[in-house]
Amino acid sequence: MWRTLDRDLARGIAVICLSVAAIGVSYGAVAVTSGFPLWLPVMTAVLVLAGASEFLFVGIIAAGGSPVAAVLAGLLVNARHITYGLALPDVIEPGWRRLAGTHVMNDESVVLALSQPDPGRRRAAYWVSGLGMLACWPAGALIGGLAGSALRNPDVLGLDAMFPAAILALILPALRRQGQVGQGQDGQDQDGQGQDPGGKARATRRAVLAGAAIALATAPFLPPGLPELLALAGLLLTPLARRPRVPA
Amino acid sequence: MTGPLAVGDAVGLIPAIAALAAGTFAMRLAGPLLRARAQLPPRVVALLETGAVVVLAALVAITGLTSGHGFAGLARPAGVVTGGVLAARGAPFFVVVLAAAACTALLRWLHIP
Repeated sequence: MWRTLDRDLARGIAVICLSVAAIGVSYGAVAVTSGFPLWLPVMTAVLVLAGASEFLFVGIIAAGGSPVAAVLAGLLVNARHITYGLALPDVIEPGWRRLAGTHVMNDESVVLALSQPDPGRRRAAYWVSGLGMLACWPAGALIGGLAGSALRNPDVLGLDAMFPAAILALILPALRRQGQVGQGQDGQDQDGQGQDPGGKARATRRAVLAGAAIALATAPFLPPGLPELLALAGLLLTPLARRPRVPA
Repeated sequence: MTGPLAVGDAVGLIPAIAALAAGTFAMRLAGPLLRARAQLPPRVVALLETGAVVVLAALVAITGLTSGHGFAGLARPAGVVTGGVLAARGAPFFVVVLAAAACTALLRWLHIP
């Protein structure tokens, strides 16, 4: 599996795993300093393996909220995984491996897989980053829980900029395919079909910009997790969605 | 929460943790199961991939620009933009991620929030 990863991608995965571990350190420290026992953040890190929802879960309960509210908020934040699973057909094989492959589905493993050109590399990027995350996130939470308040503020190191920058770098190719090998001239591909990467990238860009605008505009009013899902309304701007099914 | 959680209270949270874990797993499983059942036309597959990119981009916007219900300040967006520009210019991936963190850390060190 390692052989199919090129060096830059392997280094990228290592950097992502380290930054996830660093965020895990802050998660463990926050949880323990708000009064939870050490095993709790480590347990959620292994079993849930979705950072934002765990921060929220612990935060709501620490603020005196009910466990039911904490679970519902966490599930809402994690609902985006449904769209990830729909987009990732060929990386999770059927059989016993599906269990592990499903569990390691997260923002990073999905975007790394989608950024790869062929099925072999998609699968390698998905599994290596997913399993790396499964090791690094709980390990970080454990270290943070042990260190307690000493390591509470990772913002000083700028770690909070790593996650959005990494995801941005990885979705960039899907937005920029225009102009490759002279394809995608304006007007030639009104319906943005898959045969033309330029047209497809143009349609994707439109949907992405509209979706991000919707998410940002609704973020001040809505609970966490919902703005990202509402962004899907941006898909209505792609000809792919608007075009009615034509009989073959 | 003022003091440490009593042992019994913390253990009492295990069903909630299990519910969050099981619900999250079910949502992760839903996509692949649906894909295995139905043979989707290529156009729908393309739409689903675009959908994932749209959600990821919204996640970038939310985590890069906002903090709670407000704006994140200057340091983090500046770091993310730095990373994005480097990525667009073809910089190696690990350079992109480290430069984003370095830029944000530098601005915060200069007391720019």
